[in-house]
Amino acid sequence: MARVVVDVMLKPEILDPQGKAVAGALPRLGVHGVTDVRQGKRFELEVDEMTDERLAEIHDIAEKLLSNPVIEDYTVHVEQDA
Amino acid sequence: MKIGVVTFPGSLDDVDAQRAVTFAGGEAVALWHDQHDLKGVDAVVLPGGFSYGDYLRCGAISRFSPIMTEVVEAAGKGMPVLGICNGFQILCESHLLPGALLRNDQRKFVCRDQLLRIENNKTPWTSDYDERAEITVVLKNGEGKYVADEDTLDRLEGEGRVVARYLDVNPNGSLRDIAGITNEAGNVVGLMPHPEHAVEDLTGPGTEGLGFFTSAVSALLRA
Repeated sequence: MARVVVDVMLKPEILDPQGKAVAGALPRLGVHGVTDVRQGKRFELEVDEMTDERLAEIHDIAEKLLSNPVIEDYTVHVEQDA
Repeated sequence: MKIGVVTFPGSLDDVDAQRAVTFAGGEAVALWHDQHDLKGVDAVVLPGGFSYGDYLRCGAISRFSPIMTEVVEAAGKGMPVLGICNGFQILCESHLLPGALLRNDQRKFVCRDQLLRIENNKTPWTSDYDERAEITVVLKNGEGKYVADEDTLDRLEGEGRVVARYLDVNPNGSLRDIAGITNEAGNVVGLMPHPEHAVEDLTGPGTEGLGFFTSAVSALLRA
């Protein structure tokens, strides 16, 4: 069993209104030192067996479904391998 | 002339789109997302709404609906396809149109009567409009900000593929005030505002949206 984590973030040049909204709420909590917030998505994929082929499939899923390469970047990492 | 309107789980404006087709003199055909069947239609409308609850990204899951296989194939062969609002998002996610639609820059859902200029009246969805016609239709969206990289925007402008542009107010931060675009062949059009809500005086800001549907009926009669 292994867990594969795919993180999807808006590309740096794309405005992130949700992140801006979160950043805008921070002063209301009394927090003033955080200058910017960007919000992304984290996907945890459970797989039976981790192989090179499986990893390639997950990159394919990340590119075709989990992210939109026009506006988002993704990273893939294997979190646990037991 | 049969114009199909696809209903996805969470579509809202499918019935309005069907009515608009009927008002324009076409035969509206209800299509279901879960079937690999276009029922012999001559054109397809992907209506507005919140298909699949906008989960993941707007249009991202609808893109993989069974019927989209048929829509993408038919679009490739030249069938007129119009995506309105959520339909526009689905067309971008399907890569039938370039770019993407993001949350409105001012973070609010916008609902207003919106002035547009028809920039390209050569498509099968806009041919009944005069060149540079100015029309008012309903705009209602939360994620309507059109974005693409500079090269793509320049190419769209250079090839006359910006179909409609916002006038007076840019309601969502769309780059270059883009409200609608078309593909290279000109048969696939994506539009953020809603012409199907402006086809009768009783329920909309006029009837200036009807031209999208009469255009398609005329184009199909010519074909």
